[in-house]
Amino acid sequence: MHMADALISPAVGGTMWAATAALTVYSGKKLRERMDEQKVPLMGVLGAFIFAAQMINFTIPATGSSGHLGGGMILAILLGPHAAFLTMASVLTVQALFFADGGLLALGCNIFNLGFFPCFIAYPLIYKKIAGDRPTPRRILLGAMAAGILALEMGAFGVVLETTFSGISDLPFLTFTLIMLPIHLAIGIVEGLVTTAVVTYVWKARPEVLERVTTSGSLAPLPMKNVLAGLLVVTVITGGALSWFASAHPDGLEWSMFRTSGKEELKTPDTGPYFLLGQLQDKTAILPDYGFRSPEGAESEQKEQEEPPSSEEPWPAVSAGTSVSGLVGALVTMLLAGLIGLALRRYHRRV
Amino acid sequence: MSHHIVEIQDLHYTYPDGTPALRGISLRITHGESLAIIGANGAGKSTLLRHLNGCLIPEAGTIRVGGFPLTKKTLQQVRRTVGMVFQDPDDQLFMPLVRDDVAFGPLNLGLPPEEVEERVQQALATVGAAHLTSRPPYRLSAGEKRSVAIASVLSMDPSILVMDEPSSHLDPRARRQLIELLKSFRHTKIIATHDLDMALDLCSRTAVLRDGRVAADGPTLEILQDEALLEASRLEKPLRLQGCPLCNARQNRDAG
Amino acid sequence: MGNRRHAPLAPVVLDQVFMPKIESSLFDLSYFDTLSGLDTPIHRLDPRVKVVTTMLFIVAVMSFDKYETSGLVPFVLYPVALLAVGNLPLGYLLSKVLLAAPFVFFVGIFNPFFDRAILVHLGPVGISGGWISFASILIRFILTVSAALLLVASTGIHGVCQALDKLGFPRSFTVQLLFLYRYLFVLVDEASRMTRARALRSFGTRGTGLQVVGHMIGQLLLRTLDRAQRIHAAMLCRGFDGEIRQFRPLKIRSGDILFAVGWLAAFLFMRIYDVPQWLGKLATGLVP
Repeated sequence: MHMADALISPAVGGTMWAATAALTVYSGKKLRERMDEQKVPLMGVLGAFIFAAQMINFTIPATGSSGHLGGGMILAILLGPHAAFLTMASVLTVQALFFADGGLLALGCNIFNLGFFPCFIAYPLIYKKIAGDRPTPRRILLGAMAAGILALEMGAFGVVLETTFSGISDLPFLTFTLIMLPIHLAIGIVEGLVTTAVVTYVWKARPEVLERVTTSGSLAPLPMKNVLAGLLVVTVITGGALSWFASAHPDGLEWSMFRTSGKEELKTPDTGPYFLLGQLQDKTAILPDYGFRSPEGAESEQKEQEEPPSSEEPWPAVSAGTSVSGLVGALVTMLLAGLIGLALRRYHRRV
Repeated sequence: MSHHIVEIQDLHYTYPDGTPALRGISLRITHGESLAIIGANGAGKSTLLRHLNGCLIPEAGTIRVGGFPLTKKTLQQVRRTVGMVFQDPDDQLFMPLVRDDVAFGPLNLGLPPEEVEERVQQALATVGAAHLTSRPPYRLSAGEKRSVAIASVLSMDPSILVMDEPSSHLDPRARRQLIELLKSFRHTKIIATHDLDMALDLCSRTAVLRDGRVAADGPTLEILQDEALLEASRLEKPLRLQGCPLCNARQNRDAG
Repeated sequence: MGNRRHAPLAPVVLDQVFMPKIESSLFDLSYFDTLSGLDTPIHRLDPRVKVVTTMLFIVAVMSFDKYETSGLVPFVLYPVALLAVGNLPLGYLLSKVLLAAPFVFFVGIFNPFFDRAILVHLGPVGISGGWISFASILIRFILTVSAALLLVASTGIHGVCQALDKLGFPRSFTVQLLFLYRYLFVLVDEASRMTRARALRSFGTRGTGLQVVGHMIGQLLLRTLDRAQRIHAAMLCRGFDGEIRQFRPLKIRSGDILFAVGWLAAFLFMRIYDVPQWLGKLATGLVP
């Protein structure tokens, strides 16, 4: 679920980074207020633990394949939402930096998808309500599964949204969703099971570990008003940025709808999910109608429906002549870059 | 110089799960003395040591370091005087580079950066680890880790050194180097150890712990030759004092 | 290492194929440490400058049109320069880029499926927009990932944490990141010892079931918590009072500013002007 830089646009990346940065600063502040900065060595070590635990795999019965622990849930259970968020953020940072697992600009997205949802939503709203105060093996199972699955689904959906809004991948929104959500349901079940097994073990061996957290936690990890305000701001920014990009980029949603499996389908069907989505888009009009370069939306829509764009059209600004010189130029550039690199290395070795 | 006297009076401590660990320990250690604390596993050695700089709070009894009673208020002061080296150096070296670990203590004492730098260099030089300054701790051998852990405590300039099993996991050469190093220290030394030969080399005085109590306390040479005492405490004589293995074998062969 | 369940296809199969061995990841990390300890002009740059410049690089690369390919190529100059002056190994870098490629590959490969409009003709061959955008994705990927890896290889975890700290991240986050890194080896070592011990006593898939794993991880967790307590005690014994004073002051020098400004200018230039087109026209113009 780790997003790479290559698949997102600066607008999406920047927005998510802003959200993540805000959450990070907020969590840091909350820790300081509660004198929980003493937890810092614990947080670091638990972060390392998550890495280590992810290496202990287990075989899923009847499938012969393996799965392992995710981490967000367990961290939230042991540390409380704010510390867990920071810890999850650092785990993802190390993964991005040292294992190239997720891009740097995409790190904001990844921390949000894999940190915000489990720590600030799934944990307080689900796990805590079910198993927080009086854990029993059954409650732990229920809580961990429900919370884990929900968190993963939300995270997966986040990935879909971020990828789609970026407009670089052509995966249509629905297709992507229909792929991601069921897969992450399966993963969520697996992770929920592992989380349950671990938490139950800890609860049986040393229940005071779990109690320590529940007594110190507050009822709402985030002031809801601020969250809503933040989400509104994010939506507005994203919408604005998107419309700017939409005018420069061909595409995303509607265009790929035309292209989905089968050239005959040049018109959006009158029924089915695409139609509904189209209707929804028309009605809400909050999200810009991206997919077409110029504001003269309606007529160009008609025209594209009749014939697929041929190479003579200036859209999207790639033509035969420029492509050949572009290719040659690219090769020349790479050669030059390589030579410059060798020269630099030799120069610095001598110095 | 009452500064550097450690006085433990009737110390009692029970673990959270109910197991009694210390049942009335009284010891008095004077400035510059080297005391070895020996005993079986579970006799209470580590627990006792952890009381000496406030890591654990006694259930009953008092501890005085340099004339000060050990209380919450005097904790920081005491920690400046009593430097503790843990059993597992990995617990003690928690910064990314050796240099950072050794600087940690002085920085917390509020010393200016230049002085911190000087102390770091001096401490590392003392333990012979100057060449390891910029290494990450996970890349060190057991012996190197031990030395660096000691340096990280030395940089705070304590007058009392407390060590828990310092020679464990060391190869013979590293162990010898450690013994030579500790011999050169003028600090008061309190060392809990299973390494009875090291106790013989380093410490003039030994206390034997058994079931949370002091079973014996006296000159090392005396204690380590008292077979009955050692036997009762799940110990035996240091290997050095057990006689030549070759001669013993010949004797046994001849005898029967 | 890490959560590799991210491809939209049978993630569980890919899991087994792409999850690298434990020991080799540790060795890898250790190698990274060695690399970041070298002494070159790049290594000596202020870490904040390196972080910011790399981020600007990534933003510039990502701001291109989805169908842009040749315009992206000159950006390779940045990673090449870092590699060369920083004396970092090319083969190693490429292998890491390759290792991280599967996810992007699998998502990007859908593009040619969905975007079949022929955009370009190279002689008799027609290339669809999907393939072009796929190529673009791959180029972006190589550029951004190598820039990130080179950043870390030339800065090291301590430098990165220092930079983050000075850039405004909360101290609890940056210090905790340091601890994570420090204890990563210790804990992964423990975990690998456990799995090895388990492997020696389990046959086929017996013994690797859920309960066992729950116990193993649970044990590891409890030991970790104990360790955390001991570390905390060690910190307290050395005078820790809650405030972390670890980060040394950073000073920006003229060389740093030159680096940042120079590269920013280069990025802007390469973003605005399509250098390869120009070079290509030059080259094809020379050939009759």
